[in-house]
This record gives sequence, structure tokens and C-alpha cells, in this order.
Amino acid sequence: MTEELKNNNEILLSIRGLEVNFHTYRGIIQAVRSVSFDIKKGETLALVGESGCGKSVTAHAINQLIPMPPGKIDKGEIFFEGKDLLKLSEKEIRAYRGDKISMIFQEPMTSLNPVFKIGKQIADVFMTHHKISKKEAWDRAVRLLELVKIPSPASRANSYPHQLSGGMRQRAMIAMALASPEPGLMIADEPTTALDVTIQAQILRLLAELKAEIEMSVLLITHDMGVVAETADRVVVMYAGRKVEEAEVHDLFEHPGHPYTLGLLNSLPSNEKYKGQTRLEAITGQVPDLLTIGLWCPFENRCKYAKDICRKEFPEKTEVEPGHSIWCHQVGKLD
Amino acid sequence: MVRFLIKRLSLLIPTLLGVVTLVFFMIALSPGDPARVMLGERANKQQLETLRAELGLDQPLGTQYGLYLKRMVRFDFGKSIKTGRPVMEEISNLYPATIELAFFAMIFAATIGIIIGVLSATRKNTWIDFTSMVGALFGVSMPVFWLALVLIMIFSVGLDLLPTGSRMNVRYYFESITNFYVIDAIILLIREGDPKYLSSAVKHLILPSVALGTIPLAIIARVTRSSMLEVLTQDYIKTARSAGIKESRVVYRYALKNALLPVITIIGLQFGLLLSGAILTETIFAWPGLGKWLYHAIEARDYPAVQGGVIIISTTFVLINLVVDILYTLVNPKIRLQ
Amino acid sequence: MSEQLLDTESIEPIEKEPGRFREALHQLKKNKGAIAGLIIIAIFLFIAVFAPVIAPHDPLSQNIELRKSAPFTEGFLLGSDDLGRDLLSRIIYGGRISMIIGVVSVGIALVFGILIGVISGYYGGWLDKIIMRLIDIMLAFPYVLLTIVIVAMLGPSLTNAMIAIGISQIPRYVRMVRASVLAEKEADYVVAERSLGASNFELMFRSILPNCLAPISVQASLGVGEAILSSAALSFLGLGAQPPTPEWGLMIASSREFITSAWWIVTFPGIATLLAVLGFNLFGDGLRDMLDPKLRD
Ligand SMILES: Nc1ncnc2c1ncn2[C@@H]1O[C@H](COP(=O)(O)OP(=O)(O)OP(=O)(O)O)[C@@H](O)[C@H]1O
Ligand SMILES: [Mg+2]
Repeated sequence: MTEELKNNNEILLSIRGLEVNFHTYRGIIQAVRSVSFDIKKGETLALVGESGCGKSVTAHAINQLIPMPPGKIDKGEIFFEGKDLLKLSEKEIRAYRGDKISMIFQEPMTSLNPVFKIGKQIADVFMTHHKISKKEAWDRAVRLLELVKIPSPASRANSYPHQLSGGMRQRAMIAMALASPEPGLMIADEPTTALDVTIQAQILRLLAELKAEIEMSVLLITHDMGVVAETADRVVVMYAGRKVEEAEVHDLFEHPGHPYTLGLLNSLPSNEKYKGQTRLEAITGQVPDLLTIGLWCPFENRCKYAKDICRKEFPEKTEVEPGHSIWCHQVGKLD
Repeated sequence: MVRFLIKRLSLLIPTLLGVVTLVFFMIALSPGDPARVMLGERANKQQLETLRAELGLDQPLGTQYGLYLKRMVRFDFGKSIKTGRPVMEEISNLYPATIELAFFAMIFAATIGIIIGVLSATRKNTWIDFTSMVGALFGVSMPVFWLALVLIMIFSVGLDLLPTGSRMNVRYYFESITNFYVIDAIILLIREGDPKYLSSAVKHLILPSVALGTIPLAIIARVTRSSMLEVLTQDYIKTARSAGIKESRVVYRYALKNALLPVITIIGLQFGLLLSGAILTETIFAWPGLGKWLYHAIEARDYPAVQGGVIIISTTFVLINLVVDILYTLVNPKIRLQ
Repeated sequence: MSEQLLDTESIEPIEKEPGRFREALHQLKKNKGAIAGLIIIAIFLFIAVFAPVIAPHDPLSQNIELRKSAPFTEGFLLGSDDLGRDLLSRIIYGGRISMIIGVVSVGIALVFGILIGVISGYYGGWLDKIIMRLIDIMLAFPYVLLTIVIVAMLGPSLTNAMIAIGISQIPRYVRMVRASVLAEKEADYVVAERSLGASNFELMFRSILPNCLAPISVQASLGVGEAILSSAALSFLGLGAQPPTPEWGLMIASSREFITSAWWIVTFPGIATLLAVLGFNLFGDGLRDMLDPKLRD
């Protein structure tokens, strides 16, 4: 496997069999269970799923920002440019953070430090990764603010976060994530959830433009299928810590294979409904408690196609087309 | 910001008026005849009448209060019964000693308290954290006056390391200029090139400062720790980490600056409390400051002196709280720029 | 009539919400600090109640011959003081006094604090404004100074010290209770019960007390510790207990001249004070941590 990855120049990041658990006093929360996927160079991969399904935890495992304790990466490998990040020391992984792997967070309101000017915060990232003067770093920060289309960037650099609007702050966050020479992977954890719709569109367009300009891959985390359709190349659907479907974005929207994916798509405010379901009946029932969850299919209790087998074991992978895999006992029997 | 200042300042007047009024009525309504208390049981009627007239006690309460307010506006607290000198004059002679002591106690408490708080927060649940927090708990549970005696017993009596009992080696010929002995000693060091004054002044400050500063130290350490722990869970700390910024920088620059905001408030509050805590500390260390003076005034029922001392300390307390509020808004860009 | 009562009971078997008490007990078991505090408090309470039984000597009986005997000599476990009184017995009786001071002072503060807080929050308007201004003014005095001034006014004695400490602690309860009354006043169930004709005032007491019991109990536990310290300080200054009362602060005060010759006279009463206050602080802190949902997990 390692050899193959090393030789495969196409693949930037490869997650293999990742398991993350939180050891709390109430018990062990199984947040991520044997999740694997690859991100190719220049690709945008969307990670979708309901709140609490483990998207952020998966993403934070990449640059090891999971709070440990209580979190613990119990199994798996994360190859980045052929190197297993999980084997690196804290110091070595830090060299990746903000350099080759950068991150944008969901809450632009709270993700910037309230007591420092934004120019300073961006300049700080430059200075962390390069030996450059304060002045030089500041100038580069201003240029980045310009790149993310913040009006009058030179004076905006002197603002404190609370003086900016939500959209502007998210732009500043993006600028901060770009403050590195070769942004290999940008992890965007629900970058638009906290913004209103028009600003969402602007930010997504900005990300797309930047991606065209700078050669980078994007791991886009969202639970908005609309955003997925607009920006992603490929999609990984997660449910209760498990990967349940993976496909090219077209394939997924054309031929969704997992009942949960179906539900997600049916919750989209469009006219056409998949498999004749109405929006209201899309997904009912409760997400299982990750503390007590069993080894079988986690969607079983909410799935109207569920059979006995679904309560016994987690399904094997079914590759319905090249690059389109589904983990469901009832593949192809949904009609 | 200007609006905030105006609002905050406009609250000051009624508060101070309230303080002054409360002190007046507490003393006016306290059981017993002040004149009798002051002069003792053997005073004759004539003496009592004279004193009453002098203190304005023969007037109706409303008139007394009006006269009193008029005097307060001019900071005129009357004359001390015991010494016969104007109360305000005595206070202005003694207050620098108390402020100097409180200042050094606070420097001691704040520096060590913040360091301990940060260390225990960043090493949460280690033995460092555990020992510091148990230590801090002891610190807030200890009687200050007892700590002072134990310190004297160990460092002064036992080891003979540090002096107690005044502000400066009594054998030095020393004429105070500002009444802040450390400042005086520095002036003398520059003028005469002799460091003995400075070293003596500092040595005399150490034990009382440690005794007075222990409670605030413990409180500051606890507040810093919990504030730091809170800040370390914030999103922007994660952002900084995700950008690869060194952990030490994340903690000491990114987190600490935010974590110190509530600590500033506590430091201010504690500084005000130190001024009254000084009553105990100064009495034990024979520190010639306002606290010790006020204690003796209370003992002797020297009403004008008590009145003056209490009002001055409370006013300082109120003013410090005001300054802290303003300072807080100055360091917090969020409030500053609104 | 009684049948009907039985009936309703059988129809609605009141499923007690999975034991608020049990939950609290569970939290308590995990909080080592709170348990340590509770044990210390229990020991001191035991000592306070059974002082006459435990104390090896009469705390007041002097023996000039045996004055300033070192610990473990002449049958004095912790030594004797400058008048030859048994230090251990005096500390034990001092515990009794300190516990009483703590409970009485905090009791005064609680009763008045809750009453004033409820009235202020409930009636609002000018009455509330005046009360809050008064509280602000009280808080403009540093705590220690306020107690000293009140005692100085009432005259030095243990009772007056308790009153002074109690008064000085009132403001914090007023603020706490008033805030929760204000929050609770408009709550749906209060409005509903009021519309059903429940007496307003009674309603406030029935609904607010359970609601702010948690922060109040934290504050009360810390307050007892603070009261013990303050009364020791007042006695130390000669404004609280008067000789020959075996009060800890007073014992420390009268030992001042002997720090060169008899370290135990100053050391042991101080340690006793420290431990007692520590117990209440540990318990109060632990209680706060337990009640703070943020700190759980
Ligand atoms: N610090 C933590 N301690 C304990 N459990 C945690 C912690 N962080 C995450 N979890 C658990 O891991 C699970 C997955 O969380 P995660 O944040 O990855 O969800 P998500 O898919 O990103 O959801 P959202 O869309 O709300 O961001 C959650 O159910 C949560 O219970
Ligand atoms: Mg998330």
C-alpha cells in the first residue's frame, strides 16, 4: 500500500481505516469508525452528513487538532504526499499545519483572535513558516487580503475581527489559510454555514477561483447538498461515524445508492424527488447514540428498507460503477 | 467610549455621596454619646457640652448632616480627638506608606499569581497543577494575620534574614521627600550614590508585602487558571494551532492576552481590598501607614479620624474600580472601538 | 374524598425525574475535593458538638506553674499557653465558637439577603432602585473595612462581630436572589399559577428558592469559611471575642509576644483556622464544579 501511494503522484492525501474515539467519563464515544478515502491533487472532495456524524473529527485527525485527551486516534493511517502523518512528532506535524495543510473553520465570528489585528494574525502565520521581517510579512498579509477580495486591504489589515462583517471575516480566515507558499490541502470545515445565502455564494465562488489560481486540493465539509453540487468533484457521505457512500458528484446526484444519501438529497428544496419520496418523509427518527452504537448498519433504525441482516452486521463495500461505492445491504433493491 | 466614560463617571458621584452619607449615619446613630465615649466616664458636664458644640452634636441631625456634607466637599474631616491635628493632614502623611505597601504586595501577587495560573492551566491535571491549586486553596483559607506572625517567626526571629517593625533602618539618617520610601531611596541613590537606603527600604517591604499579597496571589492564580483554560478551548486558539503556530506562542501570546482580561478586573478589585487588609498587616508589622493609624483610631473611638480614614479608603476603592473598568475597556479592543 | 386522592395517585405514578438528588450524589462521589471538604467539615462539626467530651482539660483553667509548656510535656498534647491553659482544649472549644460564628453569620446574611432580594426583584420600581443603590453603596466599602466599621459602631463583642459579618455578606445574596427572581417572574409556569390565583409572594418563594438554591449553597459554604476568617481577624484586632474566650483569632492575638519563646501558641490555632476554612472552601468549590454543567464530562 505504502509503495503504491508513494508512486502515485496523483494522490495527495490518503486516509486508511481511521478510527477515532473519545474517552469520556460517560464511556467511549466512537466518533469515526474505519473511514478511508483519498483526495487527488487539485480535487475538491466534499464530506457530507448530518451534524455529529464525525466530519470535523475526521478532518481534525488530518492535522491532529483533535483535543487529546479525551480524543484518541486508535487506528488508521493518514498519508500525505506519501508520508504517514500519524507517525510524525508534534513538532513535525506542526510544520505541516498552516503550511501544506491549512484550515478554515465554520464560525468566522469566533475563529479569529479578538485582541489582535487581522493583518497581524495573517502576518504571524507567514513569520511562523518563513524567515522574513515583520514588515515583509505584513505586506504579504495585505496582498493576501487583496487576493481574497477585501476592499481597501491596506487599511482593513489594521482592523480587529469584530470590526468586520461575517463575510469579511471569513475572507480574512481564508487569507490566513492561504498564508503559506504551497497550499497543498485546504480543509474547509463548513466555511459558509454561519453566513447568509448571498455571502455564502460569494465565498464559494472565491474558493473556486482561488483553487483555479493556486494548485491546491480542498476537503470541503458541509451538510448542505446544494453546496456540494456547486463546488465538489467527488463526495464522501458519512453517517454516525461510518462512510456509507462515495461517488463522483454527478454519479451521486444521478444515481444515489444509499438510503441515507437519498434522504439527504430529498431534503434539498428542489421539485424533483428521488425514488418518489416526499420531502417530509425524507429522514425520520433519531441518530443513534455513538456511546452505545453497535457493529451493524447505524442507519438501520431510520431506514425504511431495513431487513434483518441490517441489524446484524455492517455491509461490505459494493462498487456499483468505477469510483462509486456503497455500503448497504439493500443496494439496488430500493425501489 | 466617551459615552461609557461619561456614564461611568456620572455613577461615581451618587456612590461617593452614598458612602459619605452611610458613614455619617453609622456614626451618628451608633449607640452611646460620642462625646461621652471620647472623653470617658469621668468627664464633667461642662467638658461634654464644649465637645458637643465643637463637633456640632448639639444641632439637629439634619443640620449636622448638611454641615458635614459641606465639610466633606472640602475634604475637611475635622481634627483628630487624640492628636488634635487635622485628620486630613495625618492621612496625607500616612497614606503613601500604605499605598507603597499595597503596591508591592500587588506586584508580588500579580506576577507570581499569573505565572502559577498559566503554568497550571497549560499543565492541567499534572502534579504542577495539583500542587499549585492546593497551594492556592491554602492561600485563600489562611488567616492573614497568622501568616504574618509565622513569617516573622521564621524569617525575622528564627533566621534573622529580614527586618520588621518600620519602613527603614532606624539608624539611618533619612529625611523623606515623597513619603514613598522606595522612591526616596532611589532619589538618594542617584544623588549620593549610596544604595543602603534602597536595600533597607526594600528589605523592610518584603515580609509585609508577602503577608498582604498572599490572598490576592491565590485568587489571581485561580482566576488566571480558569480564564486560561476557558480561552484555550476557544475557536481562535484552534485557528492558531491549525496555522502551525508554535504552542508556546499560542499559549503566551494568543491565549494569555485574552485570558488576562478578567484577571485585570480581579487585580483591581483585590488592590482595593488590600487597602483595608492593610489594617491587619500594618498593625502586626508596625508599618506606619493608614491601616495601623485607623486601627488605633477605632480603638480610641476617635470618631473624626475613623470617619476620615474610612471615607478615604472607600473612596480609593471606588476610584480604583473605576480605573479598572476604564483600563479594561482600553485593553479590550472590542469595547474600546465601539 | 380519600378514595379520589388514592385514585389520582394510582393513575399518575409520579415518576421522579431520574433523581436530581441521586445525580448530585453521583457527582459528589467523583469530586474528591468536595468529599475532602465534607469530611473536614464533619470532623469540625463533631468536635464542636462534643467539645466537652473530647477536650482533655478545661479550656479556661489556668496553671501558672505550667505556663508555656511545650507540646507533649506536662500532659499537654499541643502544649500550654502563657497562662498555662491547655492549648488543645482551647482549640477544641475554639472550634465550637468558630462553627457557631460561621453558621450564625451566614444565617443572618441568608435570611436578610433572600428576603431583601425577593422583595427587590418582585416589587421592582422605586423600592428596587433604592435597595440596589444601597447595596451598591455597601459594596463600595471593602469587605473587611465594612465589618470593622460596623463592629466599631456596635461595640466590640462576639455577638456584634457575628452581626457585622452577617450584614457585610448580605449584598451578594441580594444580588443573586434578585437576579433569579427577575428571570423567574415572567416564566410561563409562574404566570400560569398566578392566573390560577396563587398568592404572588408565596409563589415567588416556592419557585425561586429551588431555582437558586444551587448558587446560594455554593456561596453559603464559601461564606462560612469567610466568616470564620473574618471573626478571627476581628477578634485579633480586639473587636470580636473578648478574653478569656477561647476564640482562635484571639488566641493568635494573645500569642504575639511569645513568638520568640513559644512557637506552638501561635502556630496551632492558626492551623486549626486554616483547616476549618479549607474544609468549607473545598466543599464550596467542589459544589460549584459539580453544579457547573460546563465542567462536567
Ligand atoms: N471533544 C470532544 N469530546 C467528546 N466527544 C466529542 C468531542 N468532539 C467531538 N465529539 C463527538 O464526536 C462526534 C462527531 O463530532 P463532529 O464534530 O465530527 O461532528 P460533525 O459531523 O462535524 O458535526 P457538525 O456538522 O455539527 O459540525 C460527535 O457526536 C461528538 O459527540
Ligand atoms: Mg463539525
